[in-house]
Amino acid sequence: MATIDIKDVTKVYPNGFKAVERINLSVGQGEVMCLLGPSGCGKTTTLRMVAGLEDITEGECQIGGRRVNDLLARERNVAMAFQFYALYPSLTVAENLKFPLHAEGRSHTEMDAKVRQVAKTLQLESVLGRKPAQLSEGEKQRVAVGRSIIRDPECFLFDEPLSRLDVTLREQMRGEIKEVLSGLSKATVIVTHDQLEALTMADRIAVMRAGIIEQVATPHDIFAKPANLFVAGFIGTPQMNLIPASFTGMDGGHGGFALPGGQKILVQVDPAVSRLAPGTEITLGIRPRNLEIMPEPVPDGLTLQVDIVEPMGAETLAHLSDGAQSMRVVCDWRVPIDEGDRLHVRFQPGYVHVFGPDEQAVRS
Amino acid sequence: MASSAVVAHEIRSEGGFLPWLLAPQRRGPLLVAPALIVLFLMNIFPLLWSFGLSFYNYSAKKRDVPDFVGLRFFERVVTDPVVWERFKTTAIIVSSSVLMQLVVGFLLALLFAKQFPLRRILLMLVLTPMMLSLVAVGVFFKLFYEPTFGLVSQAVAMFTGDRYALLGSPTGAIIGVVIADAWMWSPFVMLLVLAGLVSVPKYLYEAAEIDRTSPWRRFQTITFPYIKSLLLLAVLFRTIETFKLFDVVYILTEGGPGTATETIGVYVYRLAFQYFRTSQSAALAYIILFVVIVLTSLYLYAVNRRAQEVD
Repeated sequence: MATIDIKDVTKVYPNGFKAVERINLSVGQGEVMCLLGPSGCGKTTTLRMVAGLEDITEGECQIGGRRVNDLLARERNVAMAFQFYALYPSLTVAENLKFPLHAEGRSHTEMDAKVRQVAKTLQLESVLGRKPAQLSEGEKQRVAVGRSIIRDPECFLFDEPLSRLDVTLREQMRGEIKEVLSGLSKATVIVTHDQLEALTMADRIAVMRAGIIEQVATPHDIFAKPANLFVAGFIGTPQMNLIPASFTGMDGGHGGFALPGGQKILVQVDPAVSRLAPGTEITLGIRPRNLEIMPEPVPDGLTLQVDIVEPMGAETLAHLSDGAQSMRVVCDWRVPIDEGDRLHVRFQPGYVHVFGPDEQAVRS
Repeated sequence: MASSAVVAHEIRSEGGFLPWLLAPQRRGPLLVAPALIVLFLMNIFPLLWSFGLSFYNYSAKKRDVPDFVGLRFFERVVTDPVVWERFKTTAIIVSSSVLMQLVVGFLLALLFAKQFPLRRILLMLVLTPMMLSLVAVGVFFKLFYEPTFGLVSQAVAMFTGDRYALLGSPTGAIIGVVIADAWMWSPFVMLLVLAGLVSVPKYLYEAAEIDRTSPWRRFQTITFPYIKSLLLLAVLFRTIETFKLFDVVYILTEGGPGTATETIGVYVYRLAFQYFRTSQSAALAYIILFVVIVLTSLYLYAVNRRAQEVD
């Protein structure tokens, strides 16, 4: 069973810095897990602990059901692609690809056949004779991936595999890596700070902040049901509108909230919100795409002034404010919006998130 | 001359020689002038003069007017079996010393590339020989090898009961010179190799660890490529320097016993200042210079290649 289990793992560096604190994560066979978070959140440290490049201070890491805490990286049989590719500069692409196979004690014909096969999968056939210095970023990245998938390891680890590519290449490689990974039924961990990368490639995403895993869920769930304020604000572009408000009570399946400007609104919310005591200070979350622009003022809607208009191609992002609060709204590019306009918006039913005073989502 | 007349006119119009000299547009050249004068008198002029002398029959001891003999002394030097003998001695000393410096320097670099307690202090101690004056090193080793009270002799006496004069035999003298030179310059090789070792990105070693690479293959494919060009630099630089070996040999053995350790540098000195065959020594010196220039251009080529690799 090619699985990874991380149990209550903590990493404290010799200088006292606590990089990772009691995290739990399990990656199933054939599953692609993305560790997503801002820089310094401990995601790379976690990956390196699985690889065996960092010691585990506390807790246990298992690969394929076997405790690996005390095994060297070379004894764990993991394949890893590094952020800076870590191609061996003195070797050609073919030799780089072949390099991990030496330890497996295969015959030369077998190794060459494998190299050809991987080169074909990753479209590297034409550059097999080149040295890394003569490759483009995209080719280097593919060689780095190729060097890990040429093996038959327990699991695959990728450290920011696409971070050094330009946008177009990144989009293309995302698809290619996803395709390659789906053909290998191994546990895979990908570290990234790019949410789009995580959302597109992962089966599940673990969002990390300051050494703690905030939420582990499928890309869909992490977007649709963020567990807390951090995840809500971190996932999704443009960022979710987070509006401080105070809960006034339920009214037939709708929650009543008092907004900073004093306005009271009724919106459809999760039934669990009814458990909150009236008067609780909460945060309302609504994604900019779930604010509907209305032709005229509506009950439980808001009227705000357009401050800035940012065309994004197919859509337009508008920054709104009314003195007490500011919001972002995204609408179709054909909707005419100008700076200084007054917009009437309403919350689309079913898309309002409520976060309690503990910053956790209030959800049943 | 018209120009001097122009200058004289300028000097008059600017109110004297000193104001003319200190005019803003002449300050730069004026400040550089002393250095240029010293450089010309001490370096350039003797260099050209000695080059000229190598084409004349001249001895610094005689009052004869030197007569032009063309390339005769070059021919004599090149066909002189003694010169070739000295070149051979030099080659033996250079190759053994440089080899020893490489081995010792390389091992030291591998040691100091790791972190361990007292590393900084030890590193400073190891680097000290390189900073010492050549003469001091020569004197140290002369005392060290001294037959009656030297450490080497006493250490040997503990086993054999006899005093030992390392510098007494031709082979021993060469070994003595080589050890002294290698002791002094191994740290230099170490510094170069250490720079190479430090420049290897850490993630390459990590990748090798993930790829389950054997230590030998790791050295071959990762470490060596990074220090290869620096090793070449070390070899060339040390070869050029050791080729000119003089001070240590002169103090330790004066080229002896017999002529066993008489390097080409010592031989030039003898020709010039003991036999006073000034022209012949100048010719030989220029041949040595030529060899060194060839080695130096190889060295510069290697430096450039390293610079390109680092880019």
